[in-house]
Amino acid sequence: MDEKFDAIVIGAGPSGNAAAYTLAKSGLKVLQIERGEYPGSKNVQGAILYSKALEEIIPDFREDAPLERHLIEQQMWVLDDESYIGTTYRSAEFNQEPYNRYTIIRAQFDKWFSKRVQEAGALLVCETTVTNLLMDGNRVIGVQTDRENGAIYADVVVLADGVNSLLAKKAGFHAELEPKDVALAVKEIHFLPEETIQSRFNIGEGEGVVIEMAGKITQGMMGTGFLYTNKDSLTIGVGCMLSDFKQQKITPYELLEKMKAHPAIKPLLAGGEMKEYTAHLIPEGGYKAMPKLYGEGWMIVGDAGMFVNAVHREGSNLAMTTGRYAAEAVIDLKEKKLPMTAANLARYQGRLEDSFVMKDMKKYKNMPEIFHKNNHFFTTYPELLNRAAHTMLTVDGVDKKSKEREIRKSFKQRRSLFGLMGDAFKMWRAFE
Amino acid sequence: MIPVKIEEKLFQNRYRVDAGRPHINIINQETCRVECKTQECTVCCPAGCYTAEGNGQVVLITDGCLECGTCRIICSTYRNVDWEYPRGGYGILFKFG
Ligand SMILES: Cc1cc2nc3c(=O)[nH]c(=O)nc-3n(C[C@H](O)[C@H](O)[C@H](O)COP(=O)(O)OP(=O)(O)OC[C@H]3O[C@@H](n4cnc5c(N)ncnc54)[C@H](O)[C@@H]3O)c2cc1C
Ligand code: SF4
Ligand code: SF4
Repeated sequence: MDEKFDAIVIGAGPSGNAAAYTLAKSGLKVLQIERGEYPGSKNVQGAILYSKALEEIIPDFREDAPLERHLIEQQMWVLDDESYIGTTYRSAEFNQEPYNRYTIIRAQFDKWFSKRVQEAGALLVCETTVTNLLMDGNRVIGVQTDRENGAIYADVVVLADGVNSLLAKKAGFHAELEPKDVALAVKEIHFLPEETIQSRFNIGEGEGVVIEMAGKITQGMMGTGFLYTNKDSLTIGVGCMLSDFKQQKITPYELLEKMKAHPAIKPLLAGGEMKEYTAHLIPEGGYKAMPKLYGEGWMIVGDAGMFVNAVHREGSNLAMTTGRYAAEAVIDLKEKKLPMTAANLARYQGRLEDSFVMKDMKKYKNMPEIFHKNNHFFTTYPELLNRAAHTMLTVDGVDKKSKEREIRKSFKQRRSLFGLMGDAFKMWRAFE
Repeated sequence: MIPVKIEEKLFQNRYRVDAGRPHINIINQETCRVECKTQECTVCCPAGCYTAEGNGQVVLITDGCLECGTCRIICSTYRNVDWEYPRGGYGILFKFG
Protein backbone atom coordinates (compact mmCIF):
# COMPACT_ATOMS: atom_id res chain seq x y z
CA MET A 1 0.00 0.00 0.00
CA ASP A 2 1.74 3.16 -1.15
CA GLU A 3 -1.05 5.60 -0.52
CA LYS A 4 -1.05 7.77 2.55
CA PHE A 5 -3.98 8.03 4.92
CA ASP A 6 -5.26 10.90 6.99
CA ALA A 7 -5.39 8.55 9.95
CA ILE A 8 -4.60 4.95 10.85
CA VAL A 9 -6.54 3.36 13.70
CA ILE A 10 -4.98 0.25 15.26
CA GLY A 11 -7.61 -2.11 16.67
CA ALA A 12 -11.30 -2.70 16.06
CA GLY A 13 -12.58 -2.87 19.64
CA PRO A 14 -14.99 -0.21 20.93
CA SER A 15 -12.32 2.49 21.16
CA GLY A 16 -10.94 1.88 17.67
CA ASN A 17 -14.39 1.55 16.16
CA ALA A 18 -15.56 4.78 17.75
CA ALA A 19 -12.47 6.59 16.48
CA ALA A 20 -12.60 5.15 12.96
CA TYR A 21 -16.35 5.77 12.67
CA THR A 22 -16.09 9.40 13.74
CA LEU A 23 -13.12 10.07 11.46
CA ALA A 24 -14.67 8.38 8.42
CA LYS A 25 -18.02 10.09 8.96
CA SER A 26 -16.29 13.46 8.65
CA GLY A 27 -14.92 12.44 5.27
CA LEU A 28 -11.35 11.71 6.25
CA LYS A 29 -9.40 8.88 4.68
CA VAL A 30 -9.11 6.25 7.38
CA LEU A 31 -7.41 2.88 7.54
CA GLN A 32 -8.26 0.56 10.43
CA ILE A 33 -6.11 -2.48 11.15
CA GLU A 34 -7.24 -5.46 13.22
CA ARG A 35 -5.22 -8.57 14.00
CA GLY A 36 -8.23 -10.84 14.52
CA GLU A 37 -9.95 -12.86 11.81
CA TYR A 38 -12.87 -10.48 12.25
CA PRO A 39 -13.47 -7.63 14.71
CA GLY A 40 -14.29 -9.13 18.10
CA SER A 41 -12.50 -12.44 17.60
CA LYS A 42 -9.83 -11.37 20.12
CA ASN A 43 -12.02 -9.46 22.51
CA VAL A 44 -13.60 -10.28 25.86
CA GLN A 45 -16.10 -8.42 27.98
CA GLY A 46 -18.70 -9.28 30.69
CA ALA A 47 -20.50 -7.72 28.94
CA ILE A 48 -22.61 -4.74 29.81
CA LEU A 49 -23.12 -2.01 27.27
CA TYR A 50 -23.93 1.47 28.52
CA SER A 51 -26.17 3.13 25.94
CA LYS A 52 -25.10 6.71 26.39
CA ALA A 53 -21.57 6.46 24.98
CA LEU A 54 -22.74 4.58 21.90
CA GLU A 55 -25.79 6.79 21.41
CA GLU A 56 -23.54 9.79 21.02
CA ILE A 57 -21.81 8.06 18.13
CA ILE A 58 -24.61 6.03 16.54
CA PRO A 59 -27.95 7.41 17.80
CA ASP A 60 -30.02 4.70 16.12
CA PHE A 61 -27.87 1.77 17.29
CA ARG A 62 -30.89 -0.02 18.80
CA GLU A 63 -32.30 -0.64 15.35
CA ASP A 64 -29.86 -3.34 14.38
CA ALA A 65 -27.18 -3.81 17.05
CA PRO A 66 -27.01 -7.34 18.49
CA LEU A 67 -28.30 -6.59 21.99
CA GLU A 68 -29.04 -9.51 24.31
CA ARG A 69 -31.24 -8.20 27.14
CA HIS A 70 -31.92 -4.79 28.64
CA LEU A 71 -31.22 -4.72 32.37
CA ILE A 72 -34.05 -4.27 34.81
CA GLU A 73 -32.40 -5.58 37.95
CA GLN A 74 -29.05 -5.25 39.67
CA GLN A 75 -27.96 -7.53 42.48
CA MET A 76 -24.89 -7.15 44.66
CA TRP A 77 -23.76 -10.18 46.61
CA VAL A 78 -21.21 -10.44 49.39
CA LEU A 79 -20.28 -14.07 49.67
CA ASP A 80 -19.01 -16.26 52.45
CA ASP A 81 -18.07 -19.88 51.77
CA GLU A 82 -21.59 -21.22 52.03
CA SER A 83 -23.78 -18.15 51.96
CA TYR A 84 -24.25 -14.69 50.60
CA ILE A 85 -25.88 -11.51 51.77
CA GLY A 86 -26.99 -9.11 49.12
CA THR A 87 -29.07 -6.29 47.82
CA THR A 88 -31.40 -6.21 44.87
CA TYR A 89 -32.55 -3.21 42.96
CA ARG A 90 -35.27 -3.69 40.38
CA SER A 91 -37.24 -0.88 38.84
CA ALA A 92 -40.06 -0.66 36.32
CA GLU A 93 -38.35 2.51 35.12
CA PHE A 94 -35.60 0.33 33.66
CA ASN A 95 -38.30 -1.21 31.53
CA GLN A 96 -39.07 2.04 29.77
CA GLU A 97 -37.52 2.75 26.42
CA PRO A 98 -34.98 3.91 25.52
CA TYR A 99 -33.21 1.37 27.71
CA ASN A 100 -30.10 2.39 29.57
CA ARG A 101 -28.02 -0.78 29.82
CA TYR A 102 -27.87 -4.01 27.84
CA THR A 103 -25.99 -7.26 27.96
CA ILE A 104 -24.04 -7.94 24.76
CA ILE A 105 -21.77 -10.64 23.34
CA ARG A 106 -18.60 -8.94 22.21
CA ALA A 107 -17.71 -11.09 19.21
CA GLN A 108 -21.10 -10.24 17.73
CA PHE A 109 -21.25 -6.66 18.89
CA ASP A 110 -17.81 -5.70 17.59
CA LYS A 111 -18.66 -7.20 14.21
CA TRP A 112 -21.81 -5.09 14.04
CA PHE A 113 -20.01 -1.92 15.11
CA SER A 114 -17.34 -2.57 12.52
CA LYS A 115 -19.93 -2.93 9.77
CA ARG A 116 -21.16 0.54 10.64
CA VAL A 117 -17.58 1.83 10.58
CA GLN A 118 -17.07 0.46 7.09
CA GLU A 119 -20.38 1.87 5.91
CA ALA A 120 -19.17 5.25 7.15
CA GLY A 121 -16.27 4.92 4.74
CA ALA A 122 -13.30 3.57 6.68
CA LEU A 123 -11.13 0.90 5.11
CA LEU A 124 -10.77 -2.12 7.41
CA VAL A 125 -8.00 -4.68 7.07
CA CYS A 126 -8.31 -7.77 9.30
CA GLU A 127 -5.90 -10.65 9.98
CA THR A 128 -3.08 -8.12 10.11
CA THR A 129 -0.96 -7.45 13.17
CA VAL A 130 0.78 -4.12 13.52
CA THR A 131 4.29 -5.01 14.64
CA ASN A 132 5.78 -1.54 15.12
CA LEU A 133 5.11 2.13 14.79
CA LEU A 134 7.13 3.84 12.06
CA MET A 135 9.00 6.81 13.41
CA ASP A 136 10.77 9.80 11.99
CA GLY A 137 12.74 10.97 15.01
CA ASN A 138 10.14 11.18 17.73
CA ARG A 139 7.27 11.58 15.29
CA VAL A 140 4.99 8.68 14.38
CA ILE A 141 4.56 8.60 10.61
CA GLY A 142 2.88 5.25 10.07
CA VAL A 143 2.82 1.59 11.01
CA GLN A 144 4.67 -1.58 10.13
CA THR A 145 2.45 -4.65 9.73
CA ASP A 146 3.20 -8.35 9.37
CA ARG A 147 1.99 -8.33 5.75
CA GLU A 148 4.33 -8.28 2.81
CA ASN A 149 5.35 -4.67 2.03
CA GLY A 150 3.64 -3.94 5.29
CA ALA A 151 4.60 -0.28 5.84
CA ILE A 152 1.70 2.18 5.71
CA TYR A 153 1.80 5.92 6.30
CA ALA A 154 -0.59 8.45 7.81
CA ASP A 155 -0.68 11.91 9.34
CA VAL A 156 -1.75 10.52 12.67
CA VAL A 157 -1.96 7.07 14.30
CA VAL A 158 -4.62 6.28 16.90
CA LEU A 159 -3.51 3.47 19.23
CA ALA A 160 -6.68 1.56 20.11
CA ASP A 161 -4.87 -1.72 20.63
CA GLY A 162 -6.17 -2.62 24.07
CA VAL A 163 -4.80 -3.30 27.52
CA ASN A 164 -1.44 -4.82 26.59
CA SER A 165 -0.56 -1.72 24.57
CA LEU A 166 2.51 -3.37 23.09
CA LEU A 167 3.09 -0.81 20.36
CA ALA A 168 3.36 2.22 22.63
CA LYS A 169 5.66 0.20 24.86
CA LYS A 170 7.94 -0.74 21.97
CA ALA A 171 8.05 2.88 20.90
CA GLY A 172 9.07 3.88 24.41
CA PHE A 173 5.96 5.96 25.12
CA HIS A 174 5.38 4.16 28.38
CA ALA A 175 6.79 1.38 30.55
CA GLU A 176 5.55 -2.19 31.04
CA LEU A 177 2.38 -2.61 33.10
CA GLU A 178 2.85 -3.51 36.73
CA PRO A 179 1.01 -6.50 38.22
CA LYS A 180 -0.73 -4.18 40.68
CA ASP A 181 -2.30 -2.18 37.84
CA VAL A 182 -4.05 -4.98 35.97
CA ALA A 183 -6.67 -7.56 36.83
CA LEU A 184 -6.93 -10.94 35.16
CA ALA A 185 -10.49 -12.05 34.49
CA VAL A 186 -11.56 -15.52 33.41
CA LYS A 187 -15.05 -16.28 32.28
CA GLU A 188 -17.33 -18.84 30.69
CA ILE A 189 -20.50 -18.72 28.69
CA HIS A 190 -23.21 -21.28 29.47
CA PHE A 191 -26.16 -21.83 27.16
CA LEU A 192 -29.68 -22.48 28.46
CA PRO A 193 -33.11 -22.15 26.88
CA GLU A 194 -34.43 -18.61 26.89
CA GLU A 195 -37.49 -19.62 28.96
CA THR A 196 -35.34 -21.33 31.59
CA ILE A 197 -33.33 -18.15 32.07
CA GLN A 198 -36.50 -16.10 32.32
CA SER A 199 -38.13 -18.29 34.94
CA ARG A 200 -34.90 -18.80 36.87
CA PHE A 201 -34.27 -15.09 37.17
CA ASN A 202 -37.90 -14.04 37.34
CA ILE A 203 -37.74 -11.88 34.23
CA GLY A 204 -39.73 -11.48 31.05
CA GLU A 205 -38.69 -11.67 27.44
CA GLY A 206 -35.84 -9.31 26.66
CA GLU A 207 -35.33 -8.41 30.33
CA GLY A 208 -32.05 -9.04 32.08
CA VAL A 209 -30.37 -9.26 35.47
CA VAL A 210 -26.87 -8.38 36.62
CA ILE A 211 -25.28 -9.98 39.66
CA GLU A 212 -22.02 -8.45 40.90
CA MET A 213 -20.18 -10.40 43.58
CA ALA A 214 -17.46 -9.84 46.13
CA GLY A 215 -16.11 -11.80 49.06
CA LYS A 216 -14.75 -15.28 49.60
CA ILE A 217 -15.05 -16.21 45.92
CA THR A 218 -11.77 -14.37 45.31
CA GLN A 219 -9.99 -16.29 48.09
CA GLY A 220 -8.74 -13.14 49.75
CA MET A 221 -7.56 -11.52 46.57
CA MET A 222 -8.66 -8.07 45.48
CA GLY A 223 -11.31 -8.77 42.88
CA THR A 224 -14.93 -9.41 42.03
CA GLY A 225 -17.16 -11.91 40.30
CA PHE A 226 -20.11 -11.46 38.02
CA LEU A 227 -23.02 -13.29 36.47
CA TYR A 228 -24.96 -11.73 33.59
CA THR A 229 -28.02 -12.92 31.71
CA ASN A 230 -27.92 -12.98 27.92
CA LYS A 231 -30.79 -14.02 25.70
CA ASP A 232 -30.13 -17.77 25.79
CA SER A 233 -26.90 -17.89 27.76
CA LEU A 234 -25.30 -16.81 31.03
CA THR A 235 -21.82 -15.42 31.43
CA ILE A 236 -20.04 -16.07 34.68
CA GLY A 237 -16.60 -14.82 35.54
CA VAL A 238 -14.18 -13.69 38.18
CA GLY A 239 -11.29 -11.27 38.09
CA CYS A 240 -8.50 -10.44 40.54
CA MET A 241 -5.46 -8.20 40.52
CA LEU A 242 -2.35 -9.80 39.03
CA SER A 243 -0.29 -8.71 42.04
CA ASP A 244 -2.56 -10.87 44.20
CA PHE A 245 -2.61 -13.79 41.77
CA LYS A 246 1.17 -13.63 41.87
CA GLN A 247 1.21 -14.44 45.57
CA GLN A 248 -1.38 -17.20 45.48
CA LYS A 249 -1.11 -20.82 44.58
CA ILE A 250 -4.57 -21.03 43.04
CA THR A 251 -4.92 -21.07 39.28
CA PRO A 252 -7.46 -18.75 37.62
CA TYR A 253 -9.53 -21.68 36.38
CA GLU A 254 -9.63 -23.30 39.82
CA LEU A 255 -10.87 -20.01 41.19
CA LEU A 256 -13.65 -19.92 38.61
CA GLU A 257 -14.53 -23.56 39.20
CA LYS A 258 -14.80 -22.99 42.97
CA MET A 259 -17.00 -20.00 42.41
CA LYS A 260 -19.28 -21.99 40.11
CA ALA A 261 -19.64 -24.61 42.84
CA HIS A 262 -20.83 -22.09 45.44
CA PRO A 263 -24.21 -23.27 46.77
CA ALA A 264 -25.86 -19.99 45.75
CA ILE A 265 -24.41 -19.94 42.23
CA LYS A 266 -24.51 -23.57 41.18
CA PRO A 267 -28.32 -23.82 40.83
CA LEU A 268 -28.34 -20.76 38.58
CA LEU A 269 -26.07 -22.51 36.10
CA ALA A 270 -27.61 -25.96 36.38
CA GLY A 271 -28.24 -27.71 33.08
CA GLY A 272 -26.31 -25.17 31.04
CA GLU A 273 -23.88 -26.08 28.29
CA MET A 274 -20.49 -24.40 28.52
CA LYS A 275 -19.39 -23.30 25.06
CA GLU A 276 -16.39 -21.05 25.59
CA TYR A 277 -13.75 -20.25 28.18
CA THR A 278 -12.00 -16.91 27.90
CA ALA A 279 -9.43 -14.80 29.73
CA HIS A 280 -8.49 -11.15 29.39
CA LEU A 281 -6.75 -8.43 31.34
CA ILE A 282 -8.49 -5.32 32.64
CA PRO A 283 -6.43 -2.17 33.26
CA GLU A 284 -7.50 -1.21 36.78
CA GLY A 285 -4.59 0.93 37.93
CA GLY A 286 -6.71 4.06 37.67
CA TYR A 287 -5.65 7.65 37.22
CA LYS A 288 -2.25 7.29 38.87
CA ALA A 289 -1.24 4.54 36.47
CA MET A 290 -2.30 6.31 33.28
CA PRO A 291 0.34 6.70 30.57
CA LYS A 292 0.97 9.75 28.43
CA LEU A 293 -1.97 9.92 26.05
CA TYR A 294 -0.62 11.77 23.01
CA GLY A 295 2.56 12.89 21.32
CA GLU A 296 3.95 13.76 17.88
CA GLY A 297 1.53 12.13 15.46
CA TRP A 298 -0.10 9.69 17.94
CA MET A 299 -2.85 9.33 20.50
CA ILE A 300 -3.83 6.49 22.85
CA VAL A 301 -7.50 5.62 23.48
CA GLY A 302 -9.45 3.02 25.46
CA ASP A 303 -7.87 0.24 27.51
CA ALA A 304 -4.42 1.05 26.14
CA GLY A 305 -4.71 4.35 28.02
CA MET A 306 -5.92 2.70 31.28
CA PHE A 307 -9.41 4.13 30.77
CA VAL A 308 -11.36 1.86 33.10
CA ASN A 309 -13.46 2.75 36.11
CA ALA A 310 -13.17 -0.47 38.10
CA VAL A 311 -15.59 0.52 40.84
CA HIS A 312 -18.44 1.08 38.39
CA ARG A 313 -17.28 -1.59 35.95
CA GLU A 314 -17.06 0.90 33.14
CA GLY A 315 -14.62 0.35 30.32
CA SER A 316 -16.27 -0.02 26.94
CA ASN A 317 -18.08 3.30 27.36
CA LEU A 318 -14.82 5.07 28.22
CA ALA A 319 -13.23 3.33 25.25
CA MET A 320 -15.92 4.67 22.90
CA THR A 321 -15.85 8.15 24.37
CA THR A 322 -12.05 8.47 24.27
CA GLY A 323 -12.01 7.09 20.71
CA ARG A 324 -14.53 9.73 19.69
CA TYR A 325 -12.64 12.57 21.39
CA ALA A 326 -9.38 11.57 19.74
CA ALA A 327 -11.12 11.54 16.36
CA GLU A 328 -12.67 14.93 17.00
CA ALA A 329 -9.25 16.38 17.78
CA VAL A 330 -8.00 15.15 14.41
CA ILE A 331 -11.06 16.47 12.58
CA ASP A 332 -10.61 19.86 14.18
CA LEU A 333 -6.94 20.04 13.19
CA LYS A 334 -7.70 18.91 9.64
CA GLU A 335 -10.36 21.59 9.27
CA LYS A 336 -7.93 24.22 10.46
CA LYS A 337 -5.18 22.71 8.29
CA LEU A 338 -2.92 22.33 11.32
CA PRO A 339 -0.27 19.59 11.66
CA MET A 340 -0.66 16.60 14.02
CA THR A 341 1.99 17.78 16.46
CA ALA A 342 1.93 17.02 20.17
CA ALA A 343 1.14 20.65 20.90
CA ASN A 344 -1.90 20.51 18.63
CA LEU A 345 -3.05 17.06 19.73
CA ALA A 346 -3.05 18.35 23.30
CA ARG A 347 -6.65 19.31 22.58
CA TYR A 348 -7.49 15.62 23.00
CA GLN A 349 -6.25 15.75 26.58
CA GLY A 350 -8.08 19.03 27.07
CA ARG A 351 -11.31 17.46 25.90
CA LEU A 352 -10.81 14.53 28.28
CA GLU A 353 -10.15 16.84 31.21
CA ASP A 354 -13.37 18.76 30.60
CA SER A 355 -15.48 15.62 30.43
CA PHE A 356 -16.76 12.96 32.82
CA VAL A 357 -13.90 10.74 31.67
CA MET A 358 -11.07 12.44 33.54
CA LYS A 359 -13.33 13.74 36.27
CA ASP A 360 -14.27 10.17 37.15
CA MET A 361 -10.72 8.87 36.73
CA LYS A 362 -9.57 11.51 39.20
CA LYS A 363 -12.43 10.99 41.61
CA TYR A 364 -11.46 7.35 42.12
CA LYS A 365 -7.71 7.83 41.95
CA ASN A 366 -7.12 6.50 45.48
CA MET A 367 -9.39 3.51 45.15
CA PRO A 368 -6.87 0.94 43.87
CA GLU A 369 -4.44 1.77 46.67
CA ILE A 370 -7.08 1.57 49.37
CA PHE A 371 -8.16 -1.86 48.24
CA HIS A 372 -4.58 -3.08 47.86
CA LYS A 373 -3.77 -2.06 51.42
CA ASN A 374 -7.00 -3.29 52.95
CA ASN A 375 -7.34 -6.85 51.99
CA HIS A 376 -9.91 -7.48 54.80
CA PHE A 377 -12.51 -5.85 52.54
CA PHE A 378 -12.35 -9.13 50.60
CA THR A 379 -11.96 -11.57 53.49
CA THR A 380 -13.01 -10.53 56.98
CA TYR A 381 -15.95 -8.31 56.09
CA PRO A 382 -17.78 -10.75 53.84
CA GLU A 383 -17.52 -13.35 56.55
CA LEU A 384 -18.66 -11.00 59.30
CA LEU A 385 -21.61 -9.71 57.30
CA ASN A 386 -22.77 -13.20 56.50
CA ARG A 387 -22.39 -14.32 60.12
CA ALA A 388 -24.33 -11.29 61.27
CA ALA A 389 -27.18 -12.07 58.91
CA HIS A 390 -27.13 -15.67 59.99
CA THR A 391 -27.27 -14.75 63.66
CA MET A 392 -30.17 -12.33 63.19
CA LEU A 393 -32.16 -14.72 61.02
CA THR A 394 -31.76 -17.85 63.08
CA VAL A 395 -34.73 -18.24 65.40
CA ASP A 396 -33.24 -19.93 68.44
CA GLY A 397 -34.72 -18.34 71.53
CA VAL A 398 -31.95 -15.76 71.99
CA ASP A 399 -33.31 -12.21 72.22
CA LYS A 400 -32.43 -9.76 69.47
CA LYS A 401 -30.57 -7.35 71.71
CA SER A 402 -28.14 -10.07 72.78
CA LYS A 403 -27.71 -11.04 69.17
CA GLU A 404 -26.82 -7.49 68.23
CA ARG A 405 -24.32 -7.40 71.04
CA GLU A 406 -22.78 -10.62 69.79
CA ILE A 407 -22.49 -9.25 66.25
CA ARG A 408 -20.92 -6.03 67.44
CA LYS A 409 -18.48 -8.02 69.51
CA SER A 410 -17.48 -10.24 66.60
CA PHE A 411 -16.85 -7.23 64.37
CA LYS A 412 -14.66 -5.65 67.02
CA GLN A 413 -12.82 -8.85 67.75
CA ARG A 414 -11.87 -9.31 64.13
CA ARG A 415 -11.17 -5.67 63.51
CA SER A 416 -10.63 -3.03 66.21
CA LEU A 417 -13.14 -0.27 66.61
CA PHE A 418 -10.47 2.06 65.35
CA GLY A 419 -10.01 -0.12 62.31
CA LEU A 420 -13.73 -0.17 61.62
CA MET A 421 -13.95 3.60 61.81
CA GLY A 422 -10.86 3.93 59.67
CA ASP A 423 -12.39 1.67 57.02
CA ALA A 424 -15.61 3.63 56.96
CA PHE A 425 -13.64 6.83 56.59
CA LYS A 426 -11.44 5.44 53.83
CA MET A 427 -14.43 4.23 51.88
CA TRP A 428 -16.17 7.52 52.30
CA ARG A 429 -13.12 9.44 51.12
CA ALA A 430 -12.65 7.16 48.16
CA PHE A 431 -16.23 7.45 46.97
CA GLU A 432 -16.73 11.12 47.94
CA MET B 1 -9.90 -28.35 45.86
CA ILE B 2 -12.01 -29.38 42.89
CA PRO B 3 -9.81 -30.98 40.24
CA VAL B 4 -10.01 -28.90 37.09
CA LYS B 5 -8.96 -30.10 33.71
CA ILE B 6 -7.99 -27.00 31.79
CA GLU B 7 -7.81 -29.00 28.57
CA GLU B 8 -11.53 -29.65 28.80
CA LYS B 9 -12.24 -25.95 29.00
CA LEU B 10 -9.91 -25.07 26.16
CA PHE B 11 -11.48 -27.82 24.07
CA GLN B 12 -14.57 -25.62 23.74
CA ASN B 13 -12.53 -22.83 22.15
CA ARG B 14 -11.67 -22.20 18.51
CA TYR B 15 -8.03 -21.75 17.54
CA ARG B 16 -5.99 -21.35 14.41
CA VAL B 17 -2.59 -22.46 15.60
CA ASP B 18 0.43 -21.06 13.78
CA ALA B 19 2.27 -24.38 13.86
CA GLY B 20 5.97 -24.09 14.58
CA ARG B 21 5.78 -20.34 15.19
CA PRO B 22 5.04 -19.77 18.89
CA HIS B 23 4.33 -16.10 19.59
CA ILE B 24 5.64 -16.34 23.15
CA ASN B 25 9.06 -17.61 24.15
CA ILE B 26 10.97 -17.99 27.38
CA ILE B 27 14.11 -15.93 26.87
CA ASN B 28 16.46 -17.90 29.11
CA GLN B 29 15.53 -21.40 30.30
CA GLU B 30 18.29 -21.33 32.90
CA THR B 31 16.75 -18.33 34.62
CA CYS B 32 13.55 -20.29 35.13
CA ARG B 33 15.36 -23.40 36.23
CA VAL B 34 17.96 -21.92 38.55
CA GLU B 35 16.98 -18.43 39.61
CA CYS B 36 13.21 -18.15 39.63
CA LYS B 37 12.00 -19.85 42.78
CA THR B 38 8.37 -18.75 42.52
CA GLN B 39 7.60 -19.65 38.88
CA GLU B 40 4.33 -17.72 38.91
CA CYS B 41 3.72 -18.35 35.23
CA THR B 42 3.02 -22.00 36.02
CA VAL B 43 0.15 -20.99 38.32
CA CYS B 44 -1.23 -17.78 36.85
CA CYS B 45 -1.55 -18.61 33.16
CA PRO B 46 -5.31 -19.03 32.64
CA ALA B 47 -4.69 -21.59 29.89
CA GLY B 48 -2.10 -23.65 31.75
CA CYS B 49 0.49 -23.10 29.02
CA TYR B 50 3.44 -23.20 31.42
CA THR B 51 4.26 -26.45 33.18
CA ALA B 52 6.70 -26.91 36.03
CA GLU B 53 8.57 -30.10 35.29
CA GLY B 54 9.54 -30.72 38.91
CA ASN B 55 13.27 -30.55 38.21
CA GLY B 56 13.08 -26.76 38.08
CA GLN B 57 12.55 -26.67 34.36
CA VAL B 58 9.57 -24.83 32.91
CA VAL B 59 8.00 -25.88 29.62
CA LEU B 60 5.88 -23.49 27.57
CA ILE B 61 3.41 -24.71 24.95
CA THR B 62 1.42 -21.85 23.47
CA ASP B 63 -1.22 -23.78 21.51
CA GLY B 64 -3.99 -23.06 24.05
CA CYS B 65 -2.91 -19.47 24.68
CA LEU B 66 -5.72 -16.95 25.19
CA GLU B 67 -3.38 -14.03 24.42
CA CYS B 68 -4.11 -12.29 27.70
CA GLY B 69 -0.61 -11.01 28.55
CA THR B 70 -0.53 -12.31 32.13
CA CYS B 71 2.71 -14.29 31.79
CA ARG B 72 4.59 -11.28 30.44
CA ILE B 73 3.48 -8.91 33.20
CA ILE B 74 3.72 -11.39 36.04
CA CYS B 75 7.35 -12.27 35.27
CA SER B 76 8.27 -8.86 36.64
CA THR B 77 11.45 -9.87 38.50
CA TYR B 78 13.27 -11.50 35.60
CA ARG B 79 11.45 -10.12 32.55
CA ASN B 80 12.13 -13.49 31.01
CA VAL B 81 9.16 -13.71 28.65
CA ASP B 82 9.42 -12.58 25.04
CA TRP B 83 5.81 -11.83 24.14
CA GLU B 84 4.31 -10.90 20.79
CA TYR B 85 0.84 -11.25 19.31
CA PRO B 86 0.46 -14.11 16.85
CA ARG B 87 0.58 -13.31 13.15
CA GLY B 88 -2.60 -11.68 11.92
CA GLY B 89 -5.49 -14.15 11.80
CA TYR B 90 -3.77 -16.81 13.93
CA GLY B 91 -4.26 -17.78 17.55
CA ILE B 92 -7.44 -17.74 19.59
CA LEU B 93 -10.68 -17.01 17.74
CA PHE B 94 -13.39 -16.14 20.21
CA LYS B 95 -16.87 -17.13 19.11
CA PHE B 96 -18.54 -15.11 21.85
CA GLY B 97 -15.83 -13.30 23.85
C1 LIG C 1 -14.10 -9.95 31.80
C2 LIG C 1 -14.31 -8.52 31.45
C3 LIG C 1 -15.53 -7.92 31.74
C4 LIG C 1 -15.76 -6.59 31.40
N1 LIG C 1 -16.99 -6.07 31.63
C5 LIG C 1 -17.27 -4.84 31.19
C6 LIG C 1 -18.60 -4.36 31.26
O1 LIG C 1 -19.51 -5.06 31.70
N2 LIG C 1 -18.87 -3.11 30.79
C7 LIG C 1 -17.89 -2.33 30.24
O2 LIG C 1 -18.18 -1.22 29.82
N3 LIG C 1 -16.62 -2.76 30.16
C8 LIG C 1 -16.28 -4.00 30.62
N4 LIG C 1 -15.00 -4.48 30.47
C9 LIG C 1 -13.97 -3.60 29.89
C10 LIG C 1 -14.07 -3.50 28.38
O3 LIG C 1 -14.12 -4.79 27.83
C11 LIG C 1 -12.86 -2.75 27.82
O4 LIG C 1 -12.69 -1.55 28.52
C12 LIG C 1 -13.01 -2.46 26.34
O5 LIG C 1 -13.10 -3.64 25.60
C13 LIG C 1 -11.83 -1.64 25.83
O6 LIG C 1 -11.96 -1.43 24.45
P1 LIG C 1 -10.69 -1.14 23.55
O7 LIG C 1 -11.21 -0.90 22.18
O8 LIG C 1 -9.85 -0.09 24.16
O9 LIG C 1 -9.82 -2.47 23.60
P2 LIG C 1 -10.15 -3.93 23.04
O10 LIG C 1 -11.59 -4.20 23.10
O11 LIG C 1 -9.23 -4.84 23.74
O12 LIG C 1 -9.74 -3.86 21.50
C14 LIG C 1 -8.41 -3.82 21.06
C15 LIG C 1 -8.36 -4.32 19.64
O13 LIG C 1 -7.08 -4.10 19.07
C16 LIG C 1 -6.65 -5.24 18.38
N5 LIG C 1 -5.17 -5.21 18.38
C17 LIG C 1 -4.36 -5.20 19.46
N6 LIG C 1 -3.08 -5.11 19.09
C18 LIG C 1 -3.07 -5.07 17.75
C19 LIG C 1 -2.03 -4.99 16.78
N7 LIG C 1 -0.75 -4.92 17.14
N8 LIG C 1 -2.36 -4.99 15.46
C20 LIG C 1 -3.67 -5.06 15.09
N9 LIG C 1 -4.69 -5.12 15.96
C21 LIG C 1 -4.40 -5.13 17.27
C22 LIG C 1 -7.24 -6.40 19.17
O14 LIG C 1 -7.34 -7.57 18.39
C23 LIG C 1 -8.60 -5.82 19.55
O15 LIG C 1 -9.58 -6.07 18.58
C24 LIG C 1 -14.73 -5.81 30.80
C25 LIG C 1 -13.51 -6.41 30.52
C26 LIG C 1 -13.29 -7.76 30.81
C27 LIG C 1 -11.99 -8.38 30.45
S1 SF4 D 1 7.96 -16.44 36.09
FE1 SF4 D 1 9.41 -15.90 34.46
S2 SF4 D 1 11.43 -16.49 35.21
FE2 SF4 D 1 9.91 -17.50 36.52
S3 SF4 D 1 9.61 -19.52 35.61
FE3 SF4 D 1 8.07 -18.18 34.69
S4 SF4 D 1 9.01 -17.36 32.84
FE4 SF4 D 1 10.67 -18.26 34.07
S1 SF4 E 1 -0.69 -14.79 27.25
FE1 SF4 E 1 -2.06 -15.54 28.87
S2 SF4 E 1 -2.88 -17.46 28.09
FE2 SF4 E 1 -1.12 -16.98 26.80
S3 SF4 E 1 0.59 -18.07 27.74
FE3 SF4 E 1 0.60 -15.99 28.62
S4 SF4 E 1 -0.64 -16.15 30.48
FE4 SF4 E 1 -1.05 -17.99 29.26
